[in-house]
Amino acid sequence: MNMTLIKSIKDLPAEENLFPGTPTCAGCGGLLALRHCLKALGKKTVIVNAAGCFTLLSVYPFTPFQNSWLYTAMACAPAGAQGIRDALDILIKKRRLDPKEDLKVMVLTGDGVAYDIGLASTSGALHRNLDFYYICSDNEAYGNTGFQSSGATPFASRTGTTPVGKTSVAGSILPKKNLFEIWRSHNPPYLATISPSHPVDLINKFTKAETYKGPKLFINLSPCPAGWSTDPAHSARLAKLAVDTGIWSLKEAIYGDVRHTVIPRKFKPVEAYLKEQGRFAHLFKPVRQEDVIRKIQEMVDQYWNGIQKKDFIPA
Amino acid sequence: MARTREMLTGNTSVAWGVRLAEVDYVPTYPITPQTEIIETLAKWIYDGVMDARCVSLDSEHSMITAAGAASATGVRVFTATSSQGLLYGFEMLYTVAGWRVPFVMVNVSRGLSSPITLEPDHNDILAARDSGFLQIHCETCQEALDSILMAYRLAEDERVLLPIFVNMDGFHLSFTREPVEIPDIDEVRRFLPPYQSNHAFFKASQPMAQGLAVIGGSSYSYFKYQMHLASMKALIVYQEVSEEFNKIFGRSYNTTEGYMTHDAEYILVMSNSFSTLGKAAIEKVRKKGMKAGLLRLRLLRPFPDADLKAILKGKKAVAVIDQNISVGKGGIWYSEIAGALYHEKNKPLLLSFIGGLGGKNISAQEFEFIFNAMIKAFNTGEIETPRLLYTEGEWREMERLKSIAGKTYNK
Ligand code: SF4
Repeated sequence: MNMTLIKSIKDLPAEENLFPGTPTCAGCGGLLALRHCLKALGKKTVIVNAAGCFTLLSVYPFTPFQNSWLYTAMACAPAGAQGIRDALDILIKKRRLDPKEDLKVMVLTGDGVAYDIGLASTSGALHRNLDFYYICSDNEAYGNTGFQSSGATPFASRTGTTPVGKTSVAGSILPKKNLFEIWRSHNPPYLATISPSHPVDLINKFTKAETYKGPKLFINLSPCPAGWSTDPAHSARLAKLAVDTGIWSLKEAIYGDVRHTVIPRKFKPVEAYLKEQGRFAHLFKPVRQEDVIRKIQEMVDQYWNGIQKKDFIPA
Repeated sequence: MARTREMLTGNTSVAWGVRLAEVDYVPTYPITPQTEIIETLAKWIYDGVMDARCVSLDSEHSMITAAGAASATGVRVFTATSSQGLLYGFEMLYTVAGWRVPFVMVNVSRGLSSPITLEPDHNDILAARDSGFLQIHCETCQEALDSILMAYRLAEDERVLLPIFVNMDGFHLSFTREPVEIPDIDEVRRFLPPYQSNHAFFKASQPMAQGLAVIGGSSYSYFKYQMHLASMKALIVYQEVSEEFNKIFGRSYNTTEGYMTHDAEYILVMSNSFSTLGKAAIEKVRKKGMKAGLLRLRLLRPFPDADLKAILKGKKAVAVIDQNISVGKGGIWYSEIAGALYHEKNKPLLLSFIGGLGGKNISAQEFEFIFNAMIKAFNTGEIETPRLLYTEGEWREMERLKSIAGKTYNK
């Protein structure tokens, strides 16, 4: 396989396809990752969007992208991608479009769509082996509506619909769905988690993904100052903390075969990540909820214990 | 291939229309009684007799999205659904209409749940009345085939650029075989040139943002009203399209069909396949000396105000038979027609009947009841309240079913 992987941030592509001046919140970790994703994908990409924070990136008559754009609705962006991909293939086959005019098709959604309302249409696209990219910007709640709990919300997070109160001291009592495994069960050619704190890892994953035809899926953990109640200046650092504590594992699966691409040499305690965020503040004040913090630590440890038993090679 | 004649169901007639229109792309999802359409097309596509791609989507919601997105990329698209499926995809009807993508969608009408049922009425298609889709409603299999061809011409016209529904009744038309003339492909090509999208496409050299958000009511109002104006323009375009269709194929379809309306004093207003029952009733009552006629609604969006008024002007009484019910109001077309006639000087009395819900038959006896009601209204000048058509026999049968279900109450 002929691929050029990069080694340092100095090698990041200079190309910019997402320009500044968007209406997203200051310090949006999702936007930061999207900028890198579009460096990798290039200009010849049509973005198919579902309802979410990024929908307001393109408001008539402005768009911050070099790319084409189609806003669909909340549940069906992968079906929109299907229609565009099929139409481009038909036009090229029937010689009504120069193959040079072809586009990559990329779905862009948040976690509410990817984990919940759009799960069926994504499953359909994966089943049909649609040749497309999917970028899920996972800020672990419905961010655009003001931070309500989604299938991606982790245990103990406070959200608008899992508030902390007399009868619910922990916030959300449900664990985060494992979208990586849900998607992996469809056996797509390429599937990866990414983080805005690891742009080299991110770019290389897109480089690898490009060699496959079929679904190429990315889940980005997107620090969300507005919803997480964090300092907008700390988003990249928080993203890195998520990786360093083992809460967000950076990995890829090629036709279902999982490999971890970043393994912290020494895991930081989850507390380092939790205590910085307003959404977990109730775990520390007014009284420290030791049992909840311990449970989160155990969930992370259990994940990595399972991993370390396997023979994996970091890429 | 020259013109041929075959016995076709409503569904296969539609499929022939799609094949002759040389559609590029058919996203599908099955639902009774529409499925025969997509199965027929899939067979032709997989056999290689039709140069198109069909794909099975995961829901009607996805299907309509894929149809709209493909049309926004620049190919000619067809899709079909019915009833619950239409409602499942409902959000996307408004969305793709706003994209201004001119594809054709068939709805095979079927009553809406609950109770869940199979046979037709028009609450499904009328729920989509305000979506921005144009609507053509068909009475016969030939008309269904011809309407597909006309629909593409109408939708793709640069003055219109809106998606369009072709509607027909489930079972009564979808599964009824009638002799149908299949047009010659060269004649079809003369009538319907290949689709060339100048307003909506995706290609590398010309990035385009489609379907994007607006902030504020002034942009929103602007785009919505533009759709309305485009739809209204379709009335003019329809005349041109139907004249040309008539010239090439020798069949003529007006926006509204007047059946024995010229000298008529009393008019029934109906739509879709049950109009055939109405026409038979007209012939029968004419033999008894009543000057009656039937107006069949065909183009329902845009609403052909002028054509409708021209037929109804000066009539003694008009009875609208709505095969639908707006719960809490009554017949949907009754309200629309009353609105259209409001400012007319010489307007007829207007009576409202609800009939044929869930495919319930409209018997000769019920038509007779309507004719008598019209005469009585004219003679007395009094309009009775809207009526549900329901026979005594049907009532007794319902009582029997209720007693089986244990729902008889002591009087
Ligand atoms: S709410 Fe969160 S995810 Fe959405 S734009 Fe703001 S920071 Fe980004």
